[in-house]
Amino acid sequence: MIEEHSIIIRIQGDIITVPAKGVSYGELATVKSKFGVSLAQVIRLQGDEVSLQVFAGSRGVATNDEVRFLNHPMQVPFGDALLGRIFNGSGDPIDNGPNLTALPRINIGGPSVNPIKRIIPRGFVETRIPMIDVFNPLVESQKLPIFAAAGEPYNELLARVGVRIDADIVILGGIGLKYDEYLKFRNAFEEAGVLSRTIMFINTASDPTVERLLVPDMVLAVAEQFGIQGKKVIVLLSDMTAFADAIKEIAISMDQVPSNLGYPGSLYSDLASRYEKAVDFEGAGSITLLAVTTMPGDDVTHPVPDNTGYITEGQFYLKTGVIEPFGSLSRLKQLVIGKVTREDHGYIMNSMIRLFAESREVEQKLSMGFEKTEADDKYLKYAELFYDRFMDLNVDLGINDALDLGWKTMAECFGPEDVGIKQEFIDKYWPK
Amino acid sequence: MSDVKKGRVVGVSGPMVTCEVESAVMRNEVAYIICDGVPLKSEVIRIRGQQIDMQVFENTSGLRIGDKVEFSRELLSATLGPGILGNIYDGLQNPLAELENDEGFFLRRGQYLDALDGEKKWDFTPTIEKGAKVRAGHYLGKVPESIFEHHITVPFRLQGTYEVINIEPAGAYTVNDTIAVLTGDDGKEIPVTMSQEWPVKMPLRVYEKKLLPVNQIMTQCRLIDIFYPLAEGGTACIPGPFGAGKTVLQQIISRYAEVDIVIIVACGERAGEVVETIREFPELEDPKTGKPLMERTIIICNTSSMPVAAREASVYTGMALGEYFRQLGLKALVLADSTSRWAQALRELSARMEEIPGEEAFPAYLESQIATIYERAGVVELYDGSSGSVTLMGTVSPAGGNFEEPVTQNTLKVVGAFYGLSQTRSDQRRYPAIDPLISWSLYLDQTKDSLNEYSEGWVDLVKEAHALMLRGSDIHQMMLVVGEEGVSTDDLITYLKAEMIDAVCLQQDAFDSVECATSKERQLSDFHLLMGMVQHQFTFETKEETRKEMAHLQNLFFQLKYCPFKGEEYMRYRIEIESILGKEQA
Repeated sequence: MIEEHSIIIRIQGDIITVPAKGVSYGELATVKSKFGVSLAQVIRLQGDEVSLQVFAGSRGVATNDEVRFLNHPMQVPFGDALLGRIFNGSGDPIDNGPNLTALPRINIGGPSVNPIKRIIPRGFVETRIPMIDVFNPLVESQKLPIFAAAGEPYNELLARVGVRIDADIVILGGIGLKYDEYLKFRNAFEEAGVLSRTIMFINTASDPTVERLLVPDMVLAVAEQFGIQGKKVIVLLSDMTAFADAIKEIAISMDQVPSNLGYPGSLYSDLASRYEKAVDFEGAGSITLLAVTTMPGDDVTHPVPDNTGYITEGQFYLKTGVIEPFGSLSRLKQLVIGKVTREDHGYIMNSMIRLFAESREVEQKLSMGFEKTEADDKYLKYAELFYDRFMDLNVDLGINDALDLGWKTMAECFGPEDVGIKQEFIDKYWPK
Repeated sequence: MSDVKKGRVVGVSGPMVTCEVESAVMRNEVAYIICDGVPLKSEVIRIRGQQIDMQVFENTSGLRIGDKVEFSRELLSATLGPGILGNIYDGLQNPLAELENDEGFFLRRGQYLDALDGEKKWDFTPTIEKGAKVRAGHYLGKVPESIFEHHITVPFRLQGTYEVINIEPAGAYTVNDTIAVLTGDDGKEIPVTMSQEWPVKMPLRVYEKKLLPVNQIMTQCRLIDIFYPLAEGGTACIPGPFGAGKTVLQQIISRYAEVDIVIIVACGERAGEVVETIREFPELEDPKTGKPLMERTIIICNTSSMPVAAREASVYTGMALGEYFRQLGLKALVLADSTSRWAQALRELSARMEEIPGEEAFPAYLESQIATIYERAGVVELYDGSSGSVTLMGTVSPAGGNFEEPVTQNTLKVVGAFYGLSQTRSDQRRYPAIDPLISWSLYLDQTKDSLNEYSEGWVDLVKEAHALMLRGSDIHQMMLVVGEEGVSTDDLITYLKAEMIDAVCLQQDAFDSVECATSKERQLSDFHLLMGMVQHQFTFETKEETRKEMAHLQNLFFQLKYCPFKGEEYMRYRIEIESILGKEQA
């Protein structure tokens, strides 16, 4: 039943209301205005009135514009032909490539995985970024946010992960991305020659707000299908705060009662239903999710990072251009350290972090004007090496090389008795 | 009851659907909305004239104006009977293992299965004679299940007195077979099976009386058992910011708590957390019975991405199951993780109904709803003189880790114990991160008599230790300002004693095979030894010596706690500690 309607009785924010019958909840429609055709989705049915959110925004929509119901929910094309392609927030290609109308289409925002069909995560995902691999390794099916203040190089970090990570498919979802950042992502993937395993869904900052709501769902629907096919999929999202802000905007337009700083009470569920798509399918592939959450005012108790922290399995803090070793946490790391990775991994991780913490104390002590001792020199040297060899985001090292470098770095600064590692490992790995 | 009440949909907004109906409707009645032939379970939450607002326990996309609604005349109910144990249910008591999954993995909406296996035969033995007068909650017979006798009761919903006019002989029956027939005053015959329904939102009150909780329930977590004991039939809440270890603490308690039944309600939390329990519990052994831990466990699992209305129901379902086992004379422990997610579900639906919001947009009835749930816990005397209990422990996830928010505050008003997790302790890796400076338990005094029975003067000893902890913290604050040089040697000793209690008693390593659980016997023995140290008058010349000697002593206690109780090594450390304390005395 495809009906056309041409009386819009209410336009409020990006939400329009039309009288219509036989429309189903969540259904898609097109709105044809003087300025082009936009998709819209049914978000409320009330008697004979249907409210829709217009993806391209309601600016320029006239009360006599044509609304056409499509009789299906939001869908996205799916197939191997997606690889290497770039789409906008409505799922249309924006890379001048061939159109994909021949591909089958899948519904987005599908149901959740039956919890008993999940398995305990056990796969290590190598990113070749030592601060992640060595100190807080990413585990297949994990969902981890990168908490960062505005201005931190979180997109560079994400691009680097996208280029280096050990995965079959990388899907990038750009939500309210600055156009420059989008170009940087594209260039990074092109230069590294990994575009053929990459799919991008990009909503830039100047694109319609409502489309920001769709990006994570499209990305994750595509990821799910590849996952079922047995692929190891990595999903990168930037920035989930823009996603939450889009939710806020819609909720306010819908006259919903705000709960905290204007965000609706459903924020937790809204975020969780996206993050929970990260999964390891038994007997098939997996989805691992790394998402940027910018912290307004660098405040981790802001509703978006706060709710995110309760949902995700740990977090990375990006501060002054490096991944902060304290505070960052991968909750699933115990599942792979020393089990999937090399046996000395856990010892290296603990000792190096402890020594680094002590180095910071020494730095503090010296800055307060205390005298420098001989032991302090060791720590200062260690701190410097640690920064250059591990924390610097430009460092590109595999996990085993990074572990070896860890032994080397400790040996350059300390004696084997200073590092607090079991003798049997000292005998085996301490550089002679 | 042949004519099914019908209505039709007139409005849809997220999980809330409005429909119109001609006939009478009951509040909280269950209705099914037929969406393209698939029934979607929902519950009536508001009635305004002919306009009925319902919360739908499923995703509502695809619903149309005019879709049919069928009313069931029943409240949302749990099925009770043999075979509940060991199951993994969703918030509406559907067995997750039996559900069909789209593409092998995804939950398909509109599937409602029997909570109990209808095929399985149970070994029934009658325990009542024909002609006996009975009322709701009386036992008719029993079947063996897991390690206990599962009593079959007169259905709880029957009101008044009934006569048993038939009872089946011992034999194998399914939960749907009639095992007895009762008649009431009106002479109507009522067939009774081994399973029955009970509306989850109604407290189950078919017992003689409710008793004051005066006995401790052992969790084998030292900080809780010694300092902030939990009473059998009591309530406790665990609020904490993310990453402070709420989940690990609950997992530990679900494993080692000395109760008969553990009901884990995973309410709006990560699926990953439940997965560990689901995958590991069947392999783990219950130290008390030697059977797999799963046999005493029920998991109700409504994770964060599952429909929000069913999340609201899951806590009630958990409590109803807990109350059922209490009726059978058992000790049940309900762990709800997290009640904040449950409260958020209330808030979400309240916003959809456009109710006037209270604090932080939570509905005004949040407080009474929280109180109602916690008040369902308790220890009761049953009709046959035996007792049963439900103990409830809920975690709270306060926004921003700030305990001032409404869910935490309203919960604190109604619980008997408060285990506040602190970010600071968690950052210092002092686990469990329960902050001894802010936590409390009303049960320390309430269970005083039974605690002192184990060991005379126990409660006073605990209070002494607690006072020392507070004093130690004050001194620590002082030292931060004036440095170690600024405090007296005596103060330093006090501080180090407090630190030692923290390090060797409060902190407990959840991942060590010996440390993860401490038995009552060991708690008594080790705590007395530790308090011997506390009460000991140390005489040190210098602060350097103080630190050195105390560090040595602390290390001995530290090694001791990792040794198996009363083993050779344990005894060696113990003797060494005793000799130091004794030598000083002399």
